[in-house]
Amino acid sequence: MATAIAFVALVSLNAYVLLAGADFGGGVWDLLATGPRRAEQRALIAEAIGPIWEANHVWLILVVVLLFTCFPAVYAGLAIALHIPLTLMLIGIVLRGSAFAFRSYGSSEDAPQRRWGRLFAIASLLTPLLLGVCIGAIASGRVGAVLEQLNSGGTRESFVSMYVWPWLSPFTVAVGALALCLFAFLAATYLTVEADNAALREDFRRRALAAAIAVFVTAFLALLLARWQAPRVSAGLLASSWAPALHVLTGIAAILAIAALWVRKWRIARIAVAAQVSLILWGWAATQAPYLVPPTLTVANAAAPSRTLALFLIVLALGAIVLLPSITYLFRVFKSSPAHEPGAGRAK
Amino acid sequence: MGDVLAARSQMAVSLGFHILFAVVGIAMPVLMIIAEARWRRTGDAMYLELAKRWAKGTAILFAVGAVSGTVLSFELGLLWPGFMRFAGAIIGMPFSLEGFAFFAEAIFLGVYLYGWQRISPRAHIVAGFLVAVSGAASALFVVIANAWMNTPAGFQLQNGAPVNVDPLAAMLTPAAFPEVLHMLVAAYAATGFAVAGIHGFMLLRDHRNAFHRRALGVALIVGVPAAIVQPISGDVSARYVAHWQPPKLAAMEGQFRTESGAPLRIGGIPDVDAQRTRWAIEIPRGLSLLAFHDPHAVVRGLDAVPRRDWPPVPVVHVAFQIMVALGTYLALLGIWVAVEALRRRDLAANRWLMRAVTIASPMGFICIEAGWTVTEVGRQPWVIYGVMRTADSVTPMPGLIVPFLVISALYCFLGVVVVWLLYDLVMRSPITRDGDGTIAPAAA
Ligand code: HDD
Ligand code: HEM
Ligand code: HEM
Repeated sequence: MATAIAFVALVSLNAYVLLAGADFGGGVWDLLATGPRRAEQRALIAEAIGPIWEANHVWLILVVVLLFTCFPAVYAGLAIALHIPLTLMLIGIVLRGSAFAFRSYGSSEDAPQRRWGRLFAIASLLTPLLLGVCIGAIASGRVGAVLEQLNSGGTRESFVSMYVWPWLSPFTVAVGALALCLFAFLAATYLTVEADNAALREDFRRRALAAAIAVFVTAFLALLLARWQAPRVSAGLLASSWAPALHVLTGIAAILAIAALWVRKWRIARIAVAAQVSLILWGWAATQAPYLVPPTLTVANAAAPSRTLALFLIVLALGAIVLLPSITYLFRVFKSSPAHEPGAGRAK
Repeated sequence: MGDVLAARSQMAVSLGFHILFAVVGIAMPVLMIIAEARWRRTGDAMYLELAKRWAKGTAILFAVGAVSGTVLSFELGLLWPGFMRFAGAIIGMPFSLEGFAFFAEAIFLGVYLYGWQRISPRAHIVAGFLVAVSGAASALFVVIANAWMNTPAGFQLQNGAPVNVDPLAAMLTPAAFPEVLHMLVAAYAATGFAVAGIHGFMLLRDHRNAFHRRALGVALIVGVPAAIVQPISGDVSARYVAHWQPPKLAAMEGQFRTESGAPLRIGGIPDVDAQRTRWAIEIPRGLSLLAFHDPHAVVRGLDAVPRRDWPPVPVVHVAFQIMVALGTYLALLGIWVAVEALRRRDLAANRWLMRAVTIASPMGFICIEAGWTVTEVGRQPWVIYGVMRTADSVTPMPGLIVPFLVISALYCFLGVVVVWLLYDLVMRSPITRDGDGTIAPAAA
């Protein structure tokens, strides 16, 4: 049962990365908007994000409540050891969400629009970076080490070695950069589908291809650093029995994504990118299973009592029955066709 | 400032900030769908304009509510890992249900705000209705979690750890019913009067402005019944507190000594060292009567528990007095409005009534902050009443003053921006008189 729930956690994290990740990536492209169609690029991004970002954001909440209901020790442990990056990430989330809303609904004058746009874009960089850093820190095993120390009552260590060093290392930063590039790649690819004219589509095609290169560079870097700083990850990725299959699949998805962009098959590219990103996430999960926080907390030893887990699964099933059709409806209303009437949907 | 105090302050700032937006998220959808339904029924385009403007303001507030709520769901762990490790498996359930309610709310809010042109009128109103229902559901679940902290249930203690965990029993904790009822009614009362106050203020300048007249009407329909019910619901809450958390009641009332036939104290400042409450108006036997419906009932004072288990008495007492005073004002004002409306008088033309409504604008929200101060500070020094002390649940990380200051600064900034944007939105409202037929934005 605990394994099933851990699985659900991963699925929600995956949904968060694919959906909200693209919203953050949109912020990156907002910041990097250039060329003659700069304003159109920004408008497209705003329109693509507007109706759905709050719903996308809830996947993160789901991961959080799932952790603290079903794996309270994991939630408490991560919150202690990753206090600083999580707080910074929250600041990013707050500024991103509110700046976006202020821009969409506030005064339509030019200067405030640009100011909020800038803040929205910068905050969009911060959050993915720190999300990656946190994941990197967990994977490296250093978070687990800090928790072991706290459990054994040894808090003699200095502040920096307890609360900074575990998450700040070349490896974690590389994972953060990888997350950022992946999100940008996702966003650019999705936007090629959503753009309503060819010129704009070409803009985002070029951006997607550039992001693809950045993904390769950062992924390679993270893998190199993993050998040195996160041996469990690199051992899993290089040596285990499922590794070759994983690499082949991820590679196929990556190549397919780039090829589809190259020949302008936008919808195929969208699917391939999503697959690639998901495979990377699942690859990380596979390297550390059955650990949630290596090398201490496993799915089994951190799980809540079985009564709670059973009830959670029931609630989850009921929730899914209500919510999945609703989400489908939301996306059908807003994503079925490229917006025909720009701005028409907004309550002006 | 010590670490525990910094953590408590950060929690108080974050919750006190979030609740303002959450309350709007609960009640505003109701106002919007009433306006929209009136537009559909009467064809009066002014109601459509009203629904759209309110939607715009709500979208801003909702976004801030969503992000500040996200902050909270992390802060529970960032600040109180000991609490969450203990309580997660027991009260995670209402939080999870709340998560689903958010999902529904966010989805249908997206449909509602952006879907004016994309879906049928009926679907649009249904979406608005679902936003209102899921907003109320979020409040229901999260307040249940809080009620559990006041009257913990659904587990047994063994060597300081919970065993025989039963999340359903935890959700049916005794404090749940009165707290949820009081909170939901509070949300409608506070938002209804806040909105009515803003439009009432504009009507003081020009009582024939058709836009503000309609807005006032809709807001009062939501606010007035809620404000009239609220003291009754508050009385139910107080009796639960008297039964389950005697020290909190004693702090609320400034009751230091255990006595039978205890007086009701209105106002006053508790002096903790002298163990008495000064300068209060005392109504003999009033407290025994209100709390236990028996003028001779014994009310347990603070002396019934050791000094180290006392909450900060003056804070709790003063906050409670503020809530009751302002709540009474709102209820009386509600009755006045109801009487005038039943006699079919023109409310907007009654300047004294409009003045009274205008000053009521912030009162519901002040009540909410004060009420939560009573609930939360009154629970101290416990985070889980009688089970876990706040100081034992705080994170081991030192230097908590830094995140406290950072979060406070961030919220100050957001608060200022939100107020400024809303001000802008209200000031750009249309000036029209009934009969003109046109809608023209003022001073754009
Ligand atoms: C519009 C807002 C509002 C108004 C007019 C009132 N309250 Fe209230 N009160 C709240 C908003 C609120 C609140 C913020 O929503 C609280 C905090 C926790 C809760 O459940 O509701 C609360 C808590 C609260 C508690 C503490 C419950 C606990 O600790 O579990 C009591 C005893 C009362 N209230 C009593 C009253 C009385 C006797 C009122 C008479 C006029 C009153 N309230 C008006
Ligand atoms: C510890 C306490 C709390 C936590 C952890 C919490 C958490 C959250 C979260 C994560 C969200 C964002 C959902 C989204 O993304 O849309 C949210 C929004 C909301 N919360 Fe809270 N919350 C708390 C207290 C409260 C209280 C006391 C109330 C009720 C009265 C409340 C009512 C709401 C409502 C109605 C919303 C959605 C509407 C809006 O954002 O305006 N919350 N909360
Ligand atoms: C939104 C309305 C709420 C407000 C305004 C509020 C206010 C406060 C305040 C003022 C404190 C600090 C108390 C003190 O240190 O003296 C506090 C603490 C706390 N609150 Fe609330 N609260 C709210 C709802 C909730 C809910 C729904 C929960 C959770 C389920 C919750 C959980 C906590 C926790 C865990 C603490 C820290 C431990 C403690 O000080 O006891 N609160 N809150």
